Amino acid sequence: MHDMALQGGFAEAPTQSARAFRAVLNALARPGTIETLVGAQPPAPASIAAGVALLTLADATTPVHLAGAHDTPDLRDWLTFHTGAPLVGAAEAVFALGTWVALAPITRFAMGSPEYPDRSATLIVEMPALHPAGARLTGPGIRDTAHLNLPDIAALRANAADFPLGRDFLFCAGDRLAALPRSTQVEAV
Amino acid sequence: MNDYTFAYLDEQTKRMIRRAILKGVAIPGYQVPFASREMPMPYGWGTGGVQVTAACLTPEDVLKVIDQGADDTTNAVSIRKFFQRTAGVAVTEATVEASLIQTRHRIPEAPLTEAQILVYQVPIPEPLRFLEPREVETRRMHALEDYGLMHVKLYEDIARHGEIATAYAYPVKVEGRYVMDPSPIPKFDNPKLSDSPALQLFGAGREQRIYALPPYTRVVSLDFDDHPFVASKADHACDLCGAGDTYLDEVIIDDAGGRMFVCSDTDHCGSRRRAGHVGRLGVPGKEVA
Repeated sequence: MHDMALQGGFAEAPTQSARAFRAVLNALARPGTIETLVGAQPPAPASIAAGVALLTLADATTPVHLAGAHDTPDLRDWLTFHTGAPLVGAAEAVFALGTWVALAPITRFAMGSPEYPDRSATLIVEMPALHPAGARLTGPGIRDTAHLNLPDIAALRANAADFPLGRDFLFCAGDRLAALPRSTQVEAV
Repeated sequence: MNDYTFAYLDEQTKRMIRRAILKGVAIPGYQVPFASREMPMPYGWGTGGVQVTAACLTPEDVLKVIDQGADDTTNAVSIRKFFQRTAGVAVTEATVEASLIQTRHRIPEAPLTEAQILVYQVPIPEPLRFLEPREVETRRMHALEDYGLMHVKLYEDIARHGEIATAYAYPVKVEGRYVMDPSPIPKFDNPKLSDSPALQLFGAGREQRIYALPPYTRVVSLDFDDHPFVASKADHACDLCGAGDTYLDEVIIDDAGGRMFVCSDTDHCGSRRRAGHVGRLGVPGKEVA
């Protein structure tokens, strides 16, 4: 373990995680809304927003999958030190972190069961940038329509078609975060 | 500052509750199990709502707590003081000033906004529980969308009473999928559940369930074509502020059958009286400081 694994966590966890959670909650409750997260500095290639989301939500009870280029010793050490989350394969993961290409196919991840649709994975997807443009979003949390640049409309449509089963998504770019729950209908414009 | 961690609960507990809230938001109307904690108040006093509020509060929030619409009843006062002491947040009795409102059995009369979260205290989250006591069965019924039993119950109401007699905790269907118990709010409040700009979160402490209605979610009260849902209220105007469109409490005022009807929402009634509205028994400009 390197010293850098010990750095970059919350300085004042109760209030920082509270503010971060409210931002994530608002993003998920209003799909397409872009929030700003601050307070953590994870090792590259993880974004600030992804690091803050994991510090806020992950702990020893939530297995995490690091996909592709995000599966680095530095990030493993950082996540283990700050959250204690077990690092696992895709099928067992409660949270997964990576680029869309590294995470695909998303059908590898848990979608819950008809009795317990909440037992599904939340995928934290690293994006080059987030814009309120692109795919048209409708559904719960959206008054009329919202727009968000999504990586793969076909896969996300298939995910929404499985409702109430399915995975939920947090999209991160730098310190910005947007979310897409399984309940959102996605259409190409 | 005080000797409590922010908002009382430890971080591990808050993370667990926060994860449950997020899954609840992603699956509107579905009851997410969570590991409810012992709180320093008895079950039945809103421990579910308190835990959801504790997981959502930020230091910048302005908290309002109501019990049956009133800010000044025991339950509301004790929960408000609890968070003043353990989270140091600002509190208010004005609906329009609050960013987070914890409620027992009412939705405020004033329209909610996108900047607000409404947290409900829920005693029995399972709408099918009194029809089917087995959790395994009700869970399967939700999985299979098997809600025929609920319609039988409403039909039996009509057969017995000539109308749907359920007056509170009136079951709703969320986005055409899950049948949900809106907590024991009067059915007068049911229309406000649907298409609300505010996020609505429901916490049941003893029953260990959290569920949610994201903003602008379609919520339909169950009914029949020939017996449509009616959001009924007492057929009076408020005796203090004169409002004819609010939910009313009936108050017995003597032992000779005298009674008055007053708004259950004390903040709404008070602001109307401050604005000069006077009801049948109200006194202009005297009763509100």
